[in-house]
Amino acid sequence: MLQDKDRIFTNLYGQQSWRLEAARKRGDWDNTKALLDKGQDWIIEEMKKSGLRGRGGAGFPTGLKWSFMPKQSDGRPSYLVVNADEGEPGTCKDRDMMRHDPHKLVEGCLVAGFAMRAVAAYIYIRGEFYREAENLQGAIDEAYAAGLIGKNACGSGYDFDVFVHRGAGAYICGEETALIESLEGKKGQPRLKPPFPANMGVWGCPTTVNNVESIAVAPTILRRGGEWFAGIGRPNNTGTKVFCISGHVNKPCNVEEEMGIPLKELIEKHAGGVRGGWDNLLAIIPGGSSVPLLPKTICDDVLMDFDSLRAQRSGLGTAAVIVMDKSTDVVRAIARLSKFYKHESCGQCTPCREGTGWMWRVMERLVQGRAEKREIDMLLEVTTQVEGHTICALGDAAAWPIQGLIRHFRGEIERRIDAYHTGAPVLPAAAE
Amino acid sequence: MSGVHIAPPEQQPASFAFTAENLELAKQHIAKYPAGRQQSAVMPLLDIAQRQHDNWVPQAAIRYIAEMLGMATIRVLEVASFYTMYNLAPVGKHFVQVCTTTPCWLAGSDKVLSACKKHLGINPGETTPDGQFTVIEVECLGACVNAPMLQYGDDFYEDLTEESTGKVLEALKRGERPKPGPQSGRLSSEPLGGATTLTTFNPAGNAGGGDD
Repeated sequence: MLQDKDRIFTNLYGQQSWRLEAARKRGDWDNTKALLDKGQDWIIEEMKKSGLRGRGGAGFPTGLKWSFMPKQSDGRPSYLVVNADEGEPGTCKDRDMMRHDPHKLVEGCLVAGFAMRAVAAYIYIRGEFYREAENLQGAIDEAYAAGLIGKNACGSGYDFDVFVHRGAGAYICGEETALIESLEGKKGQPRLKPPFPANMGVWGCPTTVNNVESIAVAPTILRRGGEWFAGIGRPNNTGTKVFCISGHVNKPCNVEEEMGIPLKELIEKHAGGVRGGWDNLLAIIPGGSSVPLLPKTICDDVLMDFDSLRAQRSGLGTAAVIVMDKSTDVVRAIARLSKFYKHESCGQCTPCREGTGWMWRVMERLVQGRAEKREIDMLLEVTTQVEGHTICALGDAAAWPIQGLIRHFRGEIERRIDAYHTGAPVLPAAAE
Repeated sequence: MSGVHIAPPEQQPASFAFTAENLELAKQHIAKYPAGRQQSAVMPLLDIAQRQHDNWVPQAAIRYIAEMLGMATIRVLEVASFYTMYNLAPVGKHFVQVCTTTPCWLAGSDKVLSACKKHLGINPGETTPDGQFTVIEVECLGACVNAPMLQYGDDFYEDLTEESTGKVLEALKRGERPKPGPQSGRLSSEPLGGATTLTTFNPAGNAGGGDD
């Protein structure tokens, strides 16, 4: 288990003030100039050494991503864009970082922006996080007033601005190119890649989009060294991670733990265990709504990291653990996610726009058993026709939860269809 | 994005303009973006317009913002109708948004909705006859470990039960503003009853009660 001395977000719960004075006591902004003085190459090298993989879901190596930014400007400025459009169901970690530890993010913007030679950072925060945006803006204002950002940031000779841009309720803007479109004042509809944002991002300029957590951990990694971070967790799955544990546990919570912690240990140690005990577990969605669920047999010993969960045909995603006990109507739980993706499809690509609605309508019938068994395979077939056939990954994200359900709970779907056709009761007791 | 409802012409005001204070605020937002990229300010300006105009954006405001930013009116309308937080028709004075996505549903969001029905007499998507309350169902608001929850104005009310939802609604009816955040007694997202981490590391030395 991770020890407190190795935790990065020491004010995750807001037990202390978020303001600059308290943040300094927690070690933020401690001689940031010295970090910048070591130069861009050193920062990117340390980040690569740390093994940090992007914390927004895709898990792309952060240091490598930063290295894609142009070292020589062709006249266009470069930008860092922070993805704070946290909206993946189950996920609420960035919220805590921004409302309780915003200086970690602001300092991270400076060191990351400096490393990629950006002139400014734009933090795109979901519109509903109004209070979080207030604290974040408060931290930015404090940092400007103290000379930590702005002209000659931290006395380094480097000029760097940080701005907050509030979204307005569109899950799709968590996709990096949709976010860029939105930041330009348009509908949030994803762009085709290439060109990639590092060549042509916001306002046609080189841009890197990173998740809040990826940026906020950077100053601590640089202070303590990439090797310290790499020493936590397992190879290729290093460091600490903030997990969000929701659903049928006794004590839902956010907690920063070591990557690769066993799922069972995570839940029993921090979330008070599954409601009614571990044996009352039905299934868990381990990484936010987009990843396939896992039945109890796999949850018994799976480790919480990128590679372990991928080996089980699921994923770490945002590390949002959604727990369902045996009272859960699991078909309805997934059908509700299908409704979510139908609602959030931007409507640009036909397979997603039409497919998400089609899949949701079939799922609603499966909840009631009002279907034929051959439709299960038809649904599965349609998910594969949506998956991989759209500009962005929302189509995939709509397909995967259904695929996971059919993979692990086909028997339950068939039971309902049988019950419906024989007039027997279809539904188990409702979850609460 | 589905279900956009634009108020009929008879409800639309003939004109709209920012107050002097909001005009200043709008200029500050425009200044955040590079020269010539003022279109980027369309979202903050729509938000300011909505806050100024009883929590909904009239078509006159869309024309006004288009002119201010040098955009075609349809481009502003596209943005205003794409993002769910912009109301394009009047809503109740008290605007209650209940999250019902899976993590909240697992934790009992059906009971939050039934409390709304019981205390306000309306279903999701409806407004009380006196125009005081509107209740809508929304997708994940990003407070899943504090589920179920609702948003009222700019605040989240979390860790709700049928009973505590009723208390919040009754307080709102009386014109009070109940304390936002978890209604279960915990500080924020730590495990109820006490954190299992961050117990030995306390450099700022003031555990128990951050400000704001």
